[in-house]
Amino acid sequence: MQRYLISRFVQSILLLIGVLIIIFFMVRLTGDPTSLMVAKEAPAEQREAFREAMGFNRPLYVQFFDYAFGILRGDFGNSLHFRQPATELILQRLPPTIQLATAALIFAIVLAVPIGIIGGSNPGSFIDTAGRTLGLVGQTIPNFVLALIFIVVFAVKLGWFPSFGRDTAISVVLPAIALGVGSMGQLVRLTRSAVLEIRNEDYIRTARSKGLSQIAIASRHVFRNAAIALISVISVQYGYLLGGSIYIETIFSWPGLGNLLQQAIAGRDFVLVQAIAFFIAFFVVALNFVADMAYSLIDPRIRYGN
Amino acid sequence: MATTSESIQFDEYVEPTLWDRIAYVGRLLGRDRSGIIGMALFLLLVVSAIFAPVIAPHDPLQQNLRAAKQPPVWEEGGTWEFPLGTDNLGRDILSRIIFGSRVSLTVGFFGVLIASTLGLVAGLVAGYVGGRTDSVITGIVNLFLAIPYLVFVVVFAAVLGRSLINVIWIFGITDSPIFARVTRGEVLRIRESGYVESAESIGVSATRILFDHILPNLIGPLITLATFEMSAMIFYEAGLSFLGLSVPPSVPSWGNMVQAGRQLLQTHWWISILPGIAIAIAAFGMNLLGDWLRDVLDPRLRRSRN
Amino acid sequence: METILEVKGLVTRFYSIDGVVHAINGVNFELYEGETLAVVGESGSGKSVTMMSLVGLIPMPPGKVEAGEAIFSTGETAIDLLSLSEEGIRHLRGSQIGFIFQDPISSLNPTMTIGKQIAESMTEHLGLSTSAARSRTVELLRNVGIPDAERRYSSYPHHFSGGMRQRVMIAIAMACQPKIVIADEPTTALDVTVQAQIVDLVKRLQEQYGAAVVWITHDLGVVAGLADRVLVMYGGTVVESAPVDELYENPQHPYTLGLLKAIPQLDASGDEKLESIEGSPPDLLQELALCPFAPRCAYAFDRCWEELPPAIKVGAQHTAACFYDVEKGGPRNGA
Repeated sequence: MQRYLISRFVQSILLLIGVLIIIFFMVRLTGDPTSLMVAKEAPAEQREAFREAMGFNRPLYVQFFDYAFGILRGDFGNSLHFRQPATELILQRLPPTIQLATAALIFAIVLAVPIGIIGGSNPGSFIDTAGRTLGLVGQTIPNFVLALIFIVVFAVKLGWFPSFGRDTAISVVLPAIALGVGSMGQLVRLTRSAVLEIRNEDYIRTARSKGLSQIAIASRHVFRNAAIALISVISVQYGYLLGGSIYIETIFSWPGLGNLLQQAIAGRDFVLVQAIAFFIAFFVVALNFVADMAYSLIDPRIRYGN
Repeated sequence: MATTSESIQFDEYVEPTLWDRIAYVGRLLGRDRSGIIGMALFLLLVVSAIFAPVIAPHDPLQQNLRAAKQPPVWEEGGTWEFPLGTDNLGRDILSRIIFGSRVSLTVGFFGVLIASTLGLVAGLVAGYVGGRTDSVITGIVNLFLAIPYLVFVVVFAAVLGRSLINVIWIFGITDSPIFARVTRGEVLRIRESGYVESAESIGVSATRILFDHILPNLIGPLITLATFEMSAMIFYEAGLSFLGLSVPPSVPSWGNMVQAGRQLLQTHWWISILPGIAIAIAAFGMNLLGDWLRDVLDPRLRRSRN
Repeated sequence: METILEVKGLVTRFYSIDGVVHAINGVNFELYEGETLAVVGESGSGKSVTMMSLVGLIPMPPGKVEAGEAIFSTGETAIDLLSLSEEGIRHLRGSQIGFIFQDPISSLNPTMTIGKQIAESMTEHLGLSTSAARSRTVELLRNVGIPDAERRYSSYPHHFSGGMRQRVMIAIAMACQPKIVIADEPTTALDVTVQAQIVDLVKRLQEQYGAAVVWITHDLGVVAGLADRVLVMYGGTVVESAPVDELYENPQHPYTLGLLKAIPQLDASGDEKLESIEGSPPDLLQELALCPFAPRCAYAFDRCWEELPPAIKVGAQHTAACFYDVEKGGPRNGA
């Protein structure tokens, strides 16, 4: 198991380096980053001064290593728009995003897994069809559309929830559900297909041949094997939730990272944009690694290798 | 020795006619109601996009300030002249939704075209040539697949500027890894299944193997994947439009329309919500179609009597 | 000898997209206490489906047992297995009827220790406590020849070799000392040397627990050293049934004849061609209104194409479902 984890760790590090390279070159795609960050109408001297200050006139590899080492120290540069270190801003906005993503994930799991298990165990039944439709709708409806519908129905017309902000305890409900619906859809379908597949496995036939009750088979044989498949998916989904919150946060004015990203883009603040992009990518890679760790602990074939 | 009274009769093999094939597809569709719905929605999308100027009751760009902010026909104050209402500039929402399908379909179609071509080539090379080339390609593919898609698409779009072509290329390139991975997987599976080895051993050239053995088996999974990815692109393009990162505001796109109506959400919900529903329906239909295609094209389900 | 299982008129069909598969078309046989009954036939002959139909282990959509009786008698009680509900038959599975399957790799739950997988049946059917079940399981592991049983209780399936895994499967099957053990090609996936060990193990346990074993196989070679009686199946029907020696010395059905001739002999001269049976297995999508073997039979005549032959008594304990008498060279008397 250790060898597996070590190789995955190394892969993650390589991945992050690749991400770093992509991010670094992203803002240089159209040439000098200055043109991205400074308005076209600005006079030439101002642009030149900017270029100097940011070090964009230095050779590329110097810029790269400077940037890379900066990140290792936790320095992502200063936000152009807010005139604060990017790191500070990000850390400030991180907790609300984590809160939102976690709430969304819990919503998704609590709804999706039981429906998926029941549906997969009784294919073709009403619950199964209802579950699959729910899953499909959840996956395909754009979350920002759902967010708007929620606001109109639940906040404006019914007045049950606030339509923006993070002030009250229940503020998180609408955004979390809107954000989590996509994951829920994915999880329902995955759980269902995992359960279906497992039920066709030979060892389930063995379990039935032993005369075990449906409950015993479902819990000890089906669920245990399904959980293995699900754990890694859930971790990956969490990463998506963290990275996909931009629309929801914008619509609900939720003071998180996604919101910050949208503001940064609108304000052409690409220093901040780069920082946020890297941060989120880092989180996602880290979560994938955690997923692998969980997987290797749960699956006895990897844990007790050979 | 007794003789048999009849020799063994084999059914005459008759080549299926085009009508036979269409009828077969019809039967397959009929089996699964969701397939029909998916196909219908897909055709609706295509027809809307192609025949938009003919179908739409009004010019989508024509402003009519006297009739601005009119609700849909089923609400008070609505008229049949503008069945789905008008936006803040008095433009007919139904016509704009119909024209908006052009943007969605174009992005979806060309994006998938680029992604599948790139991915197909990469996957074929990686799978067939193997060795170091394979490792490199797989490494790049994994890198792309590990980074949070939304964040990177948004940032790329912000960097490259607002245009439909940019969006198509961004989607095409960032989505190609998944096609590469699926292609490579299939190529490896087919290589390992023995009949490629036997073909190679009797000296069949690589190109012929490619065309006769490998490509036909790829068509099924790739078409299915293409359909799902098209659904996703419709989804993502709408999101980008919403953030103002896709087509310019003068071109009607569903995402644009949702964004434009945000300010008026509480009082004039239809301006945002109706195009949002259009997005959901289009993505939903493509997804259903993809599900059906997957069931139909799965070689394990394919019967020899066909 | 006591009959512990009597099957009459079993008909099983599978309703699939391409049509109805008539998998089992009127199967009759008896199983005696403590004997070893071999069921032989090619793939698709229905040998597994027959047994699985009796205990509800066929996939129920699309499968359906359409007709038949399966009287299971133990001592004073006799039940028709096919009349039981799922709940009812569940109690018999594992406790009265045990199963050994072909592929021990996929037939064991990879995420559960083998000890637990064996002990499960004991706690379910015998009401044993976990610790009591555990000690009995360890004993059973020793009995099936797994060394270091105490420690191996907590091992996972992937820690064992193929032969060892099959021993675990046998332990699972025998855990509650069932009256009938159905072994579905248990040695097909194993090396020849391991095969012999497994066969010996099953025989030993059979004697120890007094169980009747139904041994399903397509390998006639295995049958010779193993069975008391043999059922030969083809096209979802029993075409011949006889005590093992009688079958090898005096086969009556053309299919059996073909099978026996197809076994390569060690003492053959080397010039002789390998015999095979011409033609291909029957299309089960048609309802059976003729002898299923007719298209491939060298002796088929008019009657064979019009009626499904019933099992005709051709000797002591020996029946053959054939209208033709090969020795005589003409239609069978009394058919």
